[in-house]
Amino acid sequence: MGSEAIVVENVSKRFNLRHTRSLKETVVWLLKGRRGDLSSTFMALDGVDINVEVGESVALLGLNGSGKSTLLKLISGVMTTDSGTVRTRGKVAGLIEVGAGFHPDLTGRENVFLNGVILGMTEKETAERFDAIVEFSEIGKFIDTEVKFYSSGMFLRLAFAVAVHTNPDVFLIDEILSVGDEPFQKKCLARVQELRDSGCTLVVVSHDLDMVSKVCDRGVVLRQGKKVADGPIGEAVSLLREG
Amino acid sequence: MSQDALAAPDKGGGLFDVLRRRDLLRLIVRKELKVRYRSSVLGLLWSYVKPGVQFVVFYFALGVFLGLNKQPNFVIYMFSGIILVNYFSEAFGQATRSVVANAALVKKIYLPRELFPVASVWVAIVHFLPQMLILLVACFFFGWTPTIPQLIGAAGAFVIVTMLSLGLGLFFAAANVLFRDSENIVDLMLMMATWFSPVLYAWYLVRDTLGETFYFFYQLNPMTIAVELFHAAFWSPTSAVRLAPEGARLPENLLSLWLPVGLLISLLILAVGQSAFRRLEGRFAQEL
Ligand SMILES: Nc1ncnc2c1ncn2[C@@H]1O[C@H](COP(=O)(O)OP(=O)(O)OP(=O)(O)O)[C@@H](O)[C@H]1O
Ligand SMILES: [Mg+2]
Repeated sequence: MGSEAIVVENVSKRFNLRHTRSLKETVVWLLKGRRGDLSSTFMALDGVDINVEVGESVALLGLNGSGKSTLLKLISGVMTTDSGTVRTRGKVAGLIEVGAGFHPDLTGRENVFLNGVILGMTEKETAERFDAIVEFSEIGKFIDTEVKFYSSGMFLRLAFAVAVHTNPDVFLIDEILSVGDEPFQKKCLARVQELRDSGCTLVVVSHDLDMVSKVCDRGVVLRQGKKVADGPIGEAVSLLREG
Repeated sequence: MSQDALAAPDKGGGLFDVLRRRDLLRLIVRKELKVRYRSSVLGLLWSYVKPGVQFVVFYFALGVFLGLNKQPNFVIYMFSGIILVNYFSEAFGQATRSVVANAALVKKIYLPRELFPVASVWVAIVHFLPQMLILLVACFFFGWTPTIPQLIGAAGAFVIVTMLSLGLGLFFAAANVLFRDSENIVDLMLMMATWFSPVLYAWYLVRDTLGETFYFFYQLNPMTIAVELFHAAFWSPTSAVRLAPEGARLPENLLSLWLPVGLLISLLILAVGQSAFRRLEGRFAQEL
């Protein structure tokens, strides 16, 4: 048995640039024997290979639109690849965005349970970790208030707290370490480092290069959907800084 | 560390995945109900008030005012059909909208996507039960003495409508992601649903005016079969109908032939809906 946590092999992903075609346009296109291109396409990922070992922490770097979020979505299974394969080992928690499963009309408590189970815990596990989650978020007495009355920082704190208490084997983080105020950011960073030290595999997407240098050992740089560098985090960061 | 093998992330066990994540299904259903009745004093009680009022309106407006009460227990006939159509409409309509409505989740976290249509159907069941209760209370009031086969028929009707609405709901929920036209198509279908089954009129009118051939195809509609099974179970065993000179006129072979036919057709529709859903599922996240 190997020790890879994530194996990405020659993965490509192509998107349609125009989504808003109508039923009429499509029918006409089908009647004409599918002639011509209904919508132009665009390669968001182009033959990417990445192997991540169990316990490794990898930063995924690149400019806006280079395909980082797309790659994370492929790894978490939210999207499927057009060609190539993605395989993972163990429970994967993909945090493409904090609070994706939060509903504004539910209370903090209800949202913690809903989101905990959405992120793969059982109801019982969520109940066991409930106090730890609330304590981490420092929401305190607001826990039984509906989430729509939270400040945006409070909302993000609670969502992040749920996410980091799910104990996955592989943790995919997209731009969420910059939530909250300065003390809370420090706390998030400490929690992620703690997860890493406990053997959890991390893939972190962020534009905060100083922060990723602290969390990750290895950096992968994407440029227009292609992998252009893969090595120690210091080299990846300096490549990106030079542009 | 985990001893699991490397595996592709998207296992896609379809409806079986939903069974595996019952916890989540229950929470999503609870969320839907909470959100539906937020800041409402009566809350779920509304699902008793609405059909109750509907029943009273039928009795007085149609029955007394339009004189339809001359037909024996007309109000039971109509109400038992109407609640099935209500159930079908809510289950099918909401299931169609469910995937698009949960776009935020579908785009960002991997869950078995069948969860959303299934949860919609479940919520529809929660709203169906109070209507069923009102029907039962009314039935006892009208001297209801059902037989066991009639009750089995009613249970069969419920299964038929559930499979049918889930199957159609899965199909149109997936189509709705690609073409929002689907919602409007479904609304049209639901508008016609009341008229394509004998809810507001008697089934033999169709046979007598439109002929045997048309009636055969009319009878293949699982909703028609389900509504007739409900008539057989709730309307025909009430005392006024049993004592009426012409008795309860019901289609022949309802239990022996049409019940199995209805179950089979709706199971087929469920299978088609599920496989269409699974074929399109891979594109949900990028199209929403
Ligand atoms: N569902 C979609 N349909 C069409 N195009 C898409 C879709 N999702 C992403 N794209 C395109 O794919 C490219 C890569 O997007 P992606 O979100 O992966 O970038 P990113 O590296 O995460 O950027 P950022 O740093 O801004 O978060 C972008 O050009 C984007 O427009
Ligand atoms: Mg991104």
